[in-house]
Amino acid sequence: MNAQIAMLLAQRFLLGLLLIVLVSILIFAGTQILPGDVAQSILGQSATPEALANLREQLGLNAPVHERYLSWLSGVLQGDLGNSLTNGRDIAESIGARLGNTLFLAFWAALISVPLAIVLGLVSVLYRGRWPDRLISAVTLASISIPEFMMSYILMFYVAVQLGWAPSVAMIDDRMSLLQKLHAIALPVAVLVMVVLAHMMRMTRAALLNVMQSAYIETAELKGLNRFKIIWRHAFPNSIAPIVNVVMLNMAYLIVGVVVVEVVFVYPGMGQYLVDHVAKRDVPVVQACGIIFAGVYILLNMLADIVSILANPRLRQPK
Amino acid sequence: MVEPLLNIENLRIEAASYQPGEAPSRITIVDDVSLSLQKGHVLGLIGESGAGKSTIGLSAMAYGRGGVELTGGEIRLNGREIRTAPSPVLRKLRGVEVTYVAQSAAAAFNPAKRLMEQVIESTLEHGRASRREAEARAVDLFEKLGLPDPGTFGNRYPHQVSGGQLQRAMTAMALCPQPDLIIFDEPTTALDVTTQLGVLSAIKAAIRDLGVAALYITHDLAVVAQIADDIMVLRHGKTVEYGTADQIINAPRKAYTRALVSVAANEHPENLPAGEAVLSLKGITARYRNVPFDVVSDIGIDVKPGTTLAVVGESGSGKSTLARVITGLLPAARGEITFAGRRLPPGLERRTREDLRELQMIYQMADVAMNPRQTVGTIIGRPLEFYFGLKGAAQKQRVVELLDEIELGERFLDRYPAELSGGQKQRVCIARALAAKPKLIICDEVTSALDPLVAEGILKLLLDLQTSEGVAYVFITHDIATVRAVADTIAVMHKGRLVRYGMKSEVLSPPFDDYTELLLKSVPEMRIGWMEETLAALEAEAR
Amino acid sequence: MTRIPLPALIGLAVTGAYFLAALFAPLLAPYGLSEVVGDVWEPSSAEHLLGTDNIGRDLLSRLIYGGRTTIFVASAATILSFFTGSVLGLFAAVVGGWVDQLLSRFVDLIMAIPTLIFALVVLSVMPVTLPVLIVVMGLLDSTRVFRLSRAVAADLAVMDFVEAARLRGEGRGWIIFREILPNALSPLVAEMGMRFIFMVLFVSTLSFLGLGIQPPEADWGGIVKENKDGIVYGISAALLPAVAIATLAIAVNLVADWILDRTTSLKGGRNG
Repeated sequence: MNAQIAMLLAQRFLLGLLLIVLVSILIFAGTQILPGDVAQSILGQSATPEALANLREQLGLNAPVHERYLSWLSGVLQGDLGNSLTNGRDIAESIGARLGNTLFLAFWAALISVPLAIVLGLVSVLYRGRWPDRLISAVTLASISIPEFMMSYILMFYVAVQLGWAPSVAMIDDRMSLLQKLHAIALPVAVLVMVVLAHMMRMTRAALLNVMQSAYIETAELKGLNRFKIIWRHAFPNSIAPIVNVVMLNMAYLIVGVVVVEVVFVYPGMGQYLVDHVAKRDVPVVQACGIIFAGVYILLNMLADIVSILANPRLRQPK
Repeated sequence: MVEPLLNIENLRIEAASYQPGEAPSRITIVDDVSLSLQKGHVLGLIGESGAGKSTIGLSAMAYGRGGVELTGGEIRLNGREIRTAPSPVLRKLRGVEVTYVAQSAAAAFNPAKRLMEQVIESTLEHGRASRREAEARAVDLFEKLGLPDPGTFGNRYPHQVSGGQLQRAMTAMALCPQPDLIIFDEPTTALDVTTQLGVLSAIKAAIRDLGVAALYITHDLAVVAQIADDIMVLRHGKTVEYGTADQIINAPRKAYTRALVSVAANEHPENLPAGEAVLSLKGITARYRNVPFDVVSDIGIDVKPGTTLAVVGESGSGKSTLARVITGLLPAARGEITFAGRRLPPGLERRTREDLRELQMIYQMADVAMNPRQTVGTIIGRPLEFYFGLKGAAQKQRVVELLDEIELGERFLDRYPAELSGGQKQRVCIARALAAKPKLIICDEVTSALDPLVAEGILKLLLDLQTSEGVAYVFITHDIATVRAVADTIAVMHKGRLVRYGMKSEVLSPPFDDYTELLLKSVPEMRIGWMEETLAALEAEAR
Repeated sequence: MTRIPLPALIGLAVTGAYFLAALFAPLLAPYGLSEVVGDVWEPSSAEHLLGTDNIGRDLLSRLIYGGRTTIFVASAATILSFFTGSVLGLFAAVVGGWVDQLLSRFVDLIMAIPTLIFALVVLSVMPVTLPVLIVVMGLLDSTRVFRLSRAVAADLAVMDFVEAARLRGEGRGWIIFREILPNALSPLVAEMGMRFIFMVLFVSTLSFLGLGIQPPEADWGGIVKENKDGIVYGISAALLPAVAIATLAIAVNLVADWILDRTTSLKGGRNG
C-alpha cells in the first residue's frame, strides 16, 4: 500500500461520507416540497385550530427548516429515527427486525445471481454469436422487459399456485429453521435473481468482450495458449475491476427490486414498511427508510470505487 | 537442396465484408502468394497499408486475425502442412516454433502482469525449459537487447517502461523459447527515428546470434533494406516483385517497386524571396495549464510569403504545440506573433475574422478532421459562406473550381468523408483550407498517416498550389525525407527549444549540433549496409 | 436506401401498432373503460376475448385503455427527460468549466439515490396527479440522459473537425447544433427508446404500489393490482398486462439496437 493509493482511498471514503450527508439533505428537502400541513393531514379536516397548533408545537413543526433538518440528522446519527406519525411507535425499533429480513432476502439473491451472472457472461463470450449466446441474450431481453412485480405474479401463478412448489406468501419468523426460511423466500429470491441477473449479465458480457478484444489477448493466443488459459490468466485479472463495478451498480436494482418484491409476497421487510407508509404519508418513516436505502446504495458504490482503485496496476505500482 | 523452414505456395486468404445495409460478402485479401524462407534468413515483406503483408506474416502460424480465413494454398512449416491443421496442432507450434512481435508493444503486453512473467510464459507453457532456466534466458536476452538493469528489468510492469524498451522486451519474449521463425510486424514503426536505430540493430544482432529466421513486415523500404536477405513487394494482396534485397533495392524491375525505391529521393529547390515575412514569431513561450514546465520556449522564426518552413522534431519536441500557439488555441505566455503586418492577440477569441481567415490549418488525421455527417460540398462550401458570404449557385461554382484544383472533380460534391480514400480525404481538407484564400497554411503532419506513394502525391499537390496561389506553409513533420522534399527553410525542435534554424541547405549541412546530427544520421537510407556504417560512425565519435 | 433487417422491422411494426392502438383506443375497445358488463372473472369467451376483471369489466377494453394511459404518460415523461437531459448535457460538455462541474455534481447527487426510492419519497408528500407524475418521472430520469449526452458531446467536442470549426471562428450555436448534434443524434435516439421502456415499467410499478395512476383511470400496473387477488385461485387475469408490456418493451429494444448499429457503420471507421 503506497501513499498514492492511501490518498485516493481516503478521498473516496470522505467523498462517500459527504455524499451521504448531501443525500440526507436532499431526502429531507424532498419531503418539504409542498407547504402542505402535516398536522392537518393527521388530525383531519374537522380539527380545531387549537388542536392543530398544539400538534404543530409538539412535532416541532414551527422551527425553521434548517433547525428541523439538523435535529433530524443528529437524531439519525444517534440511532433515533423518530416516531411514526400513523401509530406513534419508535421507527428504529420497527425497522430493526425488518432491516434484518430485507438484508437476508437481498443477501441470498446476490449470492445466487452474482456467480451466475459471471458464469453466464463468460459462456456468452466464449460462444459469441452461437446458440448459447443467442439463447442467453433472448432470455435476458425478455427478463428485463417485464417489471419485477409482474414477474412475481407470473412465478406465483405457475410455481406456487399451479405447481405448489413454494408458498405464495413469504412469511418468515424466528421460530423457523434456516431451511424453512429459505423455502419460504424461494419465490421472492427467484424473482430478484431473474431481474438482477438479466441486467448484470448484459454488463458482464460487455465488460468481458471489451477485455477480450484487447491486443494482449491476441498475444496470448499467438503463444499457443488454449482458450481457457487465455481467459483465466489474461482476461480475468483485467476484468475484475469492470465486473466489480457492474456488480455494485446492479445492487441498485436489487434495492429497488426488494421493495417491490416484498410488497407482492407480503414479506416483513423494510420495503413493505416503506411502501405502506408512503401511501399513508407518514413523513418520518419515509425519511428514515429513504436515508437507509440511499446510504446502503452509496456504500456499495463506494466499495466499487475502492476495488477499482486497488485492482489498477498503474496505481499500485506507479512509475 | 535443404528443405526450407517455411514454404508457402499459392496462398489465398479471404475475409467477410460487412457493408451496412447489404448482405455480407467475401473478398479476397491475399491472392496466389508464394514464398520460401531458409533457416537463419530474413525475408522482408513490404507494401502499403492494405497490401496484405501482416495477413501473410500471420499465416506463417496459420492464424487469421479478425475472422480472416486461409482458404487456399499450402503452408509448410518444418516440412508439415499447417494451413489445414486443427487447432490443437497449431497451439503446439505457436509460441515455440513460430513467435510474433506485434506493432504496438504497449497494447500487446498485459497491463496487469509483470514483464518477466509474460516473457517466459510461452517457454514454460510448451515445456521448453524450467522456470529458472527460462528466467536466466530472459535476463540474458534483456542484456543482449540493450535493456537497462537486465537483472531486475523483468520485475517491472508494462506501464513503467518506455515504448522503445517495450519493443525490445517483446523481442525478448519472442526469442526466449528459441523459435525457428519470428514474425516481426512493423516493430519500429511506432518509435521515434532516434530510438528506431538502436532497436533495429538490437533485433538484427539477436537474430544473427541465435540463427533464427525472420519475416520482417514494414512499409518502410529503407528500414527493411538494413535487415533483410530477401524482399517481397506486395500490393493489394498480390506479389509485385520478389527477389534478393540487393536486386530489389539496386535494380528494381517493376514500376511500382521503382516508385517505392525512389520515394525518398525527391528534392525541392529552396527559394527565399526578399521582403516582409508573412508570419513572424519572437520569443514565443507557452505551457499547458497543469504542467509545471514550458512546452515551447523562446521560439523565433520567420516565414516569407509563398515559402515553406519545415518544423522538424520527434514526439515531445513541441512542434505540434507550436501550431496550437500560432493558431491561438493555446495562448502564448510570452512573446509576440506578427502576421501579415499586424500583431496577433495570443488567444483565439480576440482575433478578428480576417485574422482567422488568413491563417488556416490542415490536420494529420483527415477522417476526424471532417464532420462525418457533412458532404464534401458542404465541407468546402462552409468557409466560402462564412468568410465571403457566397451562397447558392455562386458557392457551388467555386466549390467545383476548388475540387478541380485538388484533382478530384465535380462528382465528389455529394460524397461523404467515409466514402473517400485516405489521400482523397486529405485533398478535401486542403481544398477546405484553400477556400478561405489564406496567406499561410499550417500543415500538421499532413502526410504522416498516409502511404508513401499517396503522401508523395499530396506533397506534390501542395507544392503546385503554393506556386499558383502564393500561399506560405508551416510544415510540421518528423520525417526528414519530407523535409527535403518541401522545405525552403527548416527549424529543428527538441524538447521545446529551437535547436537549429535557417535555410534548408544550411541546416542540412555540417557542422551540426549534437541533436541534429543524431536526428539526421538516424534516418535510414535506401542503401544496404547503411545501418552498420552509421552505428560504427556513431560509436567512433562516442569514443 | 439501406434495407432494414427483419428484427428491427418487426420491432417497428409492433411499436407502431401499440401507438396506433393507444391513439384510437375508443374506436378499438369493444366496451367502455368502466362498464360493468359481466360476472366477476369470467373466462375468455366470444363476447369478452380476454374475459372480465375483478368487478366484471371487459379486460380487453381495460387493457387497451390502460395501454393508452401508460403509453401517454411514459411518452410525455420520456420527452421531458430526453429534452432536459440532452440539452443540459450538450451545453455542459461544450461550455465546460464551472458550469459543467456544477451540473455534473448535482446530477451525481440525484443519482446517488435509487430512482424508485426517490420517487416514493417525493410522492409521499405530493398529490399524485398526472402532471406531477410526469414531471417527477421525467426529471428523475433526465439525469441518465444528461450523463450520456454529456459523454457523447464531450467525446465529439475534442475531435479535430470541431476544433477546425472553432479555428474558423464559428460561434457556439453553430458548433453545438451543426457540428456536434448531428453526430450525437444516433446514440441519443437509441437511448430515448431505452428510457421509454424504463418509463413504461416505472409507471406501471408506481401504479401497482398505489402511487401512480389513480382509478378510475386504468393503466397496466393498476390492472395487475386490481386482479392480483385472483392469482391464488388460479385466475390469470393479472398476468395479461405482463404480456402487453413485455411485447412492447422487446419491440422498442429491437428498434433501439438497430439504430445503434447504424451509428457505428456511418462513422466510416471500421466497416465503411
